[in-house]
Amino acid sequence: MARDRHILGVLVENRPGVLARISGMFARRGYNIHSLAVGPTEDDAVSRLTIVVGTEAVQLEQIVKQLNKLVHVLKVIELGDDAVARELQLVKVDAGPETRSRIIEIADVFRARVVDVGLDTVTIEAAGNPRKLEAMLDLLRPFGVREFVRSGTISLSRGSRSISDGSRARIRRVV
Amino acid sequence: MRITGAEAVMRTLEALGVDTVFGYPGGAIMPAYDTLLDAGIHHVLVRHEQGAVHMAEGYAHATGRVGVCIVTSGPAATNLVTGLTDAMMDSIPVLAITGQVASTAIGTDAFQEADVTGITMPITKHNELVRSADRIRDAIKEAFHVARTGRPGPVLVDLPKDVLNATVEWEWDPDVDLPGYRPTVRGHGRMLREALELIGAATRPVIYAGGGLVRAGADAELRAFAERLGLPVVTTLMARGVIPDTHELALGMPGMHGHYTAIRALQEADLLVVLGARFDDRVTGRLDAFAPHARVVHVDVDPAEIGKNREADVPLVGDVKIVLGQLLELLDDLAAKGRGDESVPDVAAWRAHLAAMAEAHPLRCEQPDEGVLKPQTAIRAIHAAWGDDAVYVAGVGQHQMWASQLIPYSRGGQWINSGGLGTMGFAVPAAIGAKVGVGRDVPVVAIDGDGCFQMTLQELATAVQHDIPVAFCVINNGYLGMVRQWQTLFYEDRLSQVTLPQDLPDLMKLADAYGIPGFRVDRVEDLAATVEKAAAITDRPVLVEFRVDPDEMVFPMVPSGASNDEVLESAEEWHARRLAAAGVEGE
Ligand SMILES: Cc1ncc(C[n+]2csc(CCOP(=O)(O)OP(=O)(O)O)c2C)c(N)n1
Ligand SMILES: [Mg+2]
Repeated sequence: MARDRHILGVLVENRPGVLARISGMFARRGYNIHSLAVGPTEDDAVSRLTIVVGTEAVQLEQIVKQLNKLVHVLKVIELGDDAVARELQLVKVDAGPETRSRIIEIADVFRARVVDVGLDTVTIEAAGNPRKLEAMLDLLRPFGVREFVRSGTISLSRGSRSISDGSRARIRRVV
Repeated sequence: MRITGAEAVMRTLEALGVDTVFGYPGGAIMPAYDTLLDAGIHHVLVRHEQGAVHMAEGYAHATGRVGVCIVTSGPAATNLVTGLTDAMMDSIPVLAITGQVASTAIGTDAFQEADVTGITMPITKHNELVRSADRIRDAIKEAFHVARTGRPGPVLVDLPKDVLNATVEWEWDPDVDLPGYRPTVRGHGRMLREALELIGAATRPVIYAGGGLVRAGADAELRAFAERLGLPVVTTLMARGVIPDTHELALGMPGMHGHYTAIRALQEADLLVVLGARFDDRVTGRLDAFAPHARVVHVDVDPAEIGKNREADVPLVGDVKIVLGQLLELLDDLAAKGRGDESVPDVAAWRAHLAAMAEAHPLRCEQPDEGVLKPQTAIRAIHAAWGDDAVYVAGVGQHQMWASQLIPYSRGGQWINSGGLGTMGFAVPAAIGAKVGVGRDVPVVAIDGDGCFQMTLQELATAVQHDIPVAFCVINNGYLGMVRQWQTLFYEDRLSQVTLPQDLPDLMKLADAYGIPGFRVDRVEDLAATVEKAAAITDRPVLVEFRVDPDEMVFPMVPSGASNDEVLESAEEWHARRLAAAGVEGE
């Protein structure tokens, strides 16, 4: 069975417990979450989640329907392959005087930034799609990666359309 | 005008038309119980909070209205868990109001604190912890709305004590604004036409009628639709009665313990018209072998049910009552254009085949003229005594299956049971709630097992105290009969922990202790006279014990996990099949 990654954009009412409702629903129904990111939107009363799920197409439809059943979920869209998808990654790499410049070169190639330089480490910040971040990490590994952290995917569709086009997402209540 | 939060609770309930609540008081909910004294709301004091929520369910089952229960925090709220799950599984509109510790104490493991909205998140359609008194009105109003609309279900509102004690400006406003909650109720035009096309082209169509029809109150529409097109109907455990069992199109119940013809009809069908049903595993048996030749028209108000277990050729999201109305209108339009026949399938051969099958495969039970009383005979006698109009409420087990199979039901809501969750202990409180709902004129009969009865029998006191005249019939086989049946058939008759001594407790003494008339019958020759005597008592609760043959088993039966093609009609058939299988292996 083919398990693909699918990116969902989800608008929710900004209410206590809404994240628990969503993650609980995924856990209870055995759906596989790769990543989940939450943040504000242009409307104070509304938050936006980007959820990356690993699932077959049939199950994806069921996931979307189950999300839509949650009272505080306003809108769910699937972001297609052409959507802009980004993650943020911070990597702390061993770096002595002889390796530091090579590490900084690698960072430059990936348009990453050095955000901290310690006695024997540098910390690099990179944003991009998961494949690019993975590639950068692979090149840094031989130097010794002490730790790294990566955010969940956030994603927007290309072009002028937005998730809140259409009636379901027009929010009147201000909580 | 300024009032307290607790007063706002009562005023909101009154404004919503709630006249009865089932509940139990305690610390955190006390402010509400104080204002209850001055409210125009009848309160039924239960003996265990599980009783309160099952009563609310029974009330909702029987009336179609939202059943309301109200309890305090902590252990009282956790006692609701089983009933809320039950209501969730069977889509029963229930509003649960729970007290909570004061806002400032939340999260400190305070006395009788429990994370009730957290605990009930997966077992309610929605819930809310109310954080300020000015949310009370809208929280309850929205909960009520969510409970009864779309696919109905339980909704819980958790009210901290300080919120109940705070003051708030009161004004009623009936509008509900939930931007994320807009159930689709009308069917899609193109899908409606496609549904009729498929039906018109079918040769072996069957309506697979589910509990959604009962929830929607769609008896009349179903009947009109089935009659108009000549479609045979199977009614699931949750839909018994939604078309009368005596109707010529009614085939009975499908599923694990369904009627033979209903099970076979689905297996042989070339089209299923699925109305408010969800392809539950107890109906389908092994899913990939279920109705293998059938295309599917699936109507449900919950889009997530469509395509969940079985793909639909024509998905139709909408309230099944409204969708059936639309389909009937469409048929009228076609008829007006002289194309009325296009959607009417030619089912003469199919119906003749099913009729012959029903004739050849009746339910079997050998009742001797004297002595041992068969449980099936007891159930038939219960129906004979309490009649065609009574509401019958079952527990879970063999007695439930017999009550579903053997009583001819004639309207939706007349048969009440716990289908999705299979909750032992449901019958006694649910029957009490149903009786409160239907009032004096309609008899309500609980048909319970000896095991089930002992799970919630404390509610007899509630029935007595509040003068709720339910007839409690206990089918006492001295066993957890359904579990025993599985052990007999599938575990070489190795009976493990299924014996319940028939005298323990002595149910006649129990009736006596609760001050209600008690009747016991253990021989078939005494049956009719005894039930008649019991049924003549209509002004107070009665308890009737039927001591029945403990060895009787429920058939037909599709063994768990098997295909519906493997339906068994008797234990002998099962043994013969096993011997044959062993013989084949031995060769
Ligand atoms: C709360 C709960 N516990 C356990 C079960 C499993 N179970 C299903 S039927 C049954 C036996 C019921 O016995 P009884 O009430 O005597 O009914 P009978 O089958 O004998 O008619 C049991 C234990 C259940 N459904 N619900
Ligand atoms: Mg029993």
